Amino acid sequence: MANRYIANTSAEQREMLRTIGAASIEDLLTKIPPKARLSRPLALAPALSETDLIRHLRALAATNADADRYVCFQGAGSYDHYVPSPINHMISRGEFFTAYTPYQPEASQGTLRTIYEYQTMIAELTGMDVANASIYDGASSLAEAALMAHAATERMEVVLARGVNPLYRRVVATYCDGPGIRLRDVAAPDGVLDADAARKLVGKKTAALIVQSPNFYGCLEDIAAAAELAHAAGALLIVVADPVNLGVLEAPGRLGADIVVGEGQGLGVPMSFGGPNLGVFAAKNELVRRIPGRLVGVTVDADGQRGFVLTLQTREQHIRRAKATSNICTNVALCALMATVYMALLGKQGLQRVGELSAAKAHYAAEQLTKLPGVTLRFPSPFFKEFTLRLPKSPATVMSRLARKHILPGVPLRPFDRTLGDCLLVAVTEQRTREEIDAFAAALAEVVR
Amino acid sequence: MANVPGDLKYTREHEWAKREGDRVRVGITHFAQEQLGDVVFVELPKVGAKVTAHQAFGVVESVKAVSDLFAPISGEIVEANAELPQKPETVNKDPYGKGWMILVKPSNAAELDQLLTARQYEEFVAQGGH
Repeated sequence: MANRYIANTSAEQREMLRTIGAASIEDLLTKIPPKARLSRPLALAPALSETDLIRHLRALAATNADADRYVCFQGAGSYDHYVPSPINHMISRGEFFTAYTPYQPEASQGTLRTIYEYQTMIAELTGMDVANASIYDGASSLAEAALMAHAATERMEVVLARGVNPLYRRVVATYCDGPGIRLRDVAAPDGVLDADAARKLVGKKTAALIVQSPNFYGCLEDIAAAAELAHAAGALLIVVADPVNLGVLEAPGRLGADIVVGEGQGLGVPMSFGGPNLGVFAAKNELVRRIPGRLVGVTVDADGQRGFVLTLQTREQHIRRAKATSNICTNVALCALMATVYMALLGKQGLQRVGELSAAKAHYAAEQLTKLPGVTLRFPSPFFKEFTLRLPKSPATVMSRLARKHILPGVPLRPFDRTLGDCLLVAVTEQRTREEIDAFAAALAEVVR
Repeated sequence: MANVPGDLKYTREHEWAKREGDRVRVGITHFAQEQLGDVVFVELPKVGAKVTAHQAFGVVESVKAVSDLFAPISGEIVEANAELPQKPETVNKDPYGKGWMILVKPSNAAELDQLLTARQYEEFVAQGGH
């Protein structure tokens, strides 16, 4: 059992060496200068037996504070929504569960069809004409949207509301560095876009105004007003939205958004300590030829039968790569499939119920928590399933004290915004029970007393 | 074979140019649309944009390929054919008429003289057009 975890045996290795005419593996490495090589074996512990290894890994995993064993009020872009059990069964089917997404129409009608259904559902939810097959995550979707707005308008500035997830803003800055797109921030003193400040920044040079709703602080933005502001200057409006909320909240497309992007993790994709996630990307028809990534379309074959194919990507990926405005050539098909199964399972009413429950429980939690002395809502603006609390004790202290009771109380905002050093971002999904919320309030009461 | 009107000037990239007073109208040739096949999308510059002779001013996409459109002459766009985005097939049906693409106010009208005549373009196409 020397090669317990390596697929080929020593006999097979000897055979391969004999076939290519080498005496040993060492023979294959003689061209590498000795000083570039390690002269001793790697300092690895001896291989464990499988039972010992599983025990070891389980012990390691048990040191994690995961949402199965902790009551999770963490959010900030990744949410503890329920993942219905059929999802895992569906994605585990061999036809879907491959390391690489097969796109050949003659061999992959099933895969292409699920992607087409995913696109259709996302387009409906966001109120857009067309959605792509997905991108890596919400942050890269937003960055691609900024590039697309720049290409479509030939303008060099992008105006971002401060309420856009700060991690997303950093990814946007990375993507925009190459083309030299200038980013301009609009403050959010009340937790939402300062419209007067935005009006001064959005002008003839603006490719797009970007708002997130509910934004990073949990507050709901006035998307229609932002659309009016952007369009008056000939700019596009990009809205970052969480599709799980769109069973309740109005589709951004119906409020004037030109591009809707977001993190689709909440649609049946486990939090998995931050990834893989699901980048949602949808746009109006006028922009269809500039949409990055894969796009599945429906067509008819030579016999007139309905079929699915990749479409509209002649420029970006195959014929004119030198002129492409995006170089993303992949999607997260398995996560998109999780979302497709999730949306199909829940249906319109189910998704609406998830949104209603999350919002109602979040408001109940805010009510209970702000009864405690010194605990207040940081912003006066309306929120949905997430809100920013100002605490009388350091949020880091609150975190560690509540973690002892197996409660993850939220995300301290200090690393994201120094002016919010006394704030904790609390998310509440449909999974939280009244008992859990009351226990959170009771535990917090002990810390702030 | 080729449909090459005698009163137009031509580029080696298969655009035609037609002087109309102090403006120059531009489109692609019958040969070009035939080679491309069914045109499904045309992307044209905005009014007021500057174009430069021999440089790309737009894109034409057919069922077979996506190709750049090259300006026969330098100048400013005074009009772009607003019908093409909705009816790209017009380029196939009437390349020298309703399928025109841009109207340019030239910055140097003498550039027109450097373009191919109808006869030169016919010869160029007869040799393969590359």
